[in-house]
Amino acid sequence: MSTPDGARVQRAIETVWRIESAKIIARVARMVGDVGVAEDLAQDAFVTALERWPGSGVPDNPGAWLMQAAKYRAIDHLRRGRRLEEKHGELARERDARRADAVSDMDASIDDPVGDDLLRLIFTCCHPVLSPEARVALTLRLLGGLTTEEIARAFLVSTPTVAQRIVRAKRTLREAQVPFEVPRGEELDERLSSVLAVVYLIFNEGYTATAGDDWLRADLCEEALRLGRILAGLAPTEPEVHGLVALMEIQASRLHARLDASGEPILLMDQDRGCWDRLLIRRGLAALDRAQRLGGALGPYTLQAAIAACHARAGAAEDTDWERIVALYDALGQVSPSPVVELNRAVAVAMAFGPEAGLELIDGLTGEPALRTYHLLPSVRGDFLFKLGRATEARAEFERAASLTENARERALLLARVAACAGTNGRNAG
Amino acid sequence: MRFMILVKASEASEAGVLPDESMIAEMGAYHEELAKAGVLLDASGLHPTSKGWRVRYAGGERTVIDGPFTESKELVAGYTIIQARSREEAEEWVRRFPNPVGPGAAGEIEVRQLFELDELGQGEAVERFRDLNLPSQA
Repeated sequence: MSTPDGARVQRAIETVWRIESAKIIARVARMVGDVGVAEDLAQDAFVTALERWPGSGVPDNPGAWLMQAAKYRAIDHLRRGRRLEEKHGELARERDARRADAVSDMDASIDDPVGDDLLRLIFTCCHPVLSPEARVALTLRLLGGLTTEEIARAFLVSTPTVAQRIVRAKRTLREAQVPFEVPRGEELDERLSSVLAVVYLIFNEGYTATAGDDWLRADLCEEALRLGRILAGLAPTEPEVHGLVALMEIQASRLHARLDASGEPILLMDQDRGCWDRLLIRRGLAALDRAQRLGGALGPYTLQAAIAACHARAGAAEDTDWERIVALYDALGQVSPSPVVELNRAVAVAMAFGPEAGLELIDGLTGEPALRTYHLLPSVRGDFLFKLGRATEARAEFERAASLTENARERALLLARVAACAGTNGRNAG
Repeated sequence: MRFMILVKASEASEAGVLPDESMIAEMGAYHEELAKAGVLLDASGLHPTSKGWRVRYAGGERTVIDGPFTESKELVAGYTIIQARSREEAEEWVRRFPNPVGPGAAGEIEVRQLFELDELGQGEAVERFRDLNLPSQA
């Protein structure tokens, strides 16, 4: 019976796989010490389920079944490897002992917590030896359970490109002999920030996508949030993990408010706050609270989340606590100095203390090489000038900004401001 | 996609009897699993209807009726909101939901999909409704 019922069972199996695959790959990877081999072995188990379950029915605990089947394959794999080594007379005692451990792991309870293995898997997928694109692809594939096709569609590249990226990433990990472990000591901070950067990269890829055809890309936001929430459960004492989750939850709360009916972006201050998702805001504020209560100096994600929270807490745009936002940008500029942060700080200063004060700051940034072709610099400067009634100068800035942006919608917005300047030319625009 | 798992009331929940320790442990473990998978959005138990009330509308009149209410199968005792990537995924998570009245006993849960904001369509009335800032509006 391969008709509706068969299709239904197949979908059910695929669903179980999506839910369980990361745990299974992580556990097997700890046994065999190689994520590429681990994924192959786990896939084997999945294929066996696809063959068997339509006839026998889905077992009561399908996750445990898959885990068991994958572990058996891992043991076979290890034994084959050992026999091969014995045959070649290269009995590496130490490695052998480790593998014997792995085999005896098999006897341990199936409920043995898999969390540490998952954490190892996340750190391995986001290892700095890999390119950022490879980290993203491997993380979505092994931790998110996404197919190569789905990743390709989400990132607007071809399926073979993603497939090759993943194959190469696994090979790089093997060749670099990256150990399957959670880094310790000083290395931990650096490696953790690589993990957080990968998750945030996935989120932003979805966040900057627009509606319609890009719908699958927007799903990346949910995927990143899911990864972030998982990470928060695995590393609950790391404040920046909660900071990142808070930042993503609050930003995601505005997903439905940031575009108008025709797909045009709506600026934060002009968004209909009634469309902000209160549940996500509440979750974001709770995560921010957790990050802050863990103590220590606030990291960049927590600070960005705190800034996002200022907007989320304001019932109306005019209620925004801009002075606090300025203070938070000051702190952010300290822990992760960048011209873009300074630009944002100038905007906050202008909102808190008037466009004159903002303009002063921004004039100090115009020589910044990193901002030379950044359209937001002239766009913001034009806005300050416009508010100060200097429409002719504002117009030149908006024109420059429009020529710098590659985004058609943004260009349209900026050209509209050029036109508005022409309309108020010479008059005080207030 | 978001789904709400509604736990139906029982005689015990309506009597204000708190679940026993093993039930709390089992529910806790399940929700912990949801949280660890990044699926859990919200969950809460509800006080019995003896602490609630209803407002009945009829012919332009409205009448307040204090609880408790009797048709316990139709009453809700708690809810869990999950985020899933597909209906199948939600089904798989719900399949693992512990029997809320205890192993072997007759109980019921119900699953409903939450509307996403996009599904409500456009219009002035919808806009005004959105302005209410309701929690968990997606």
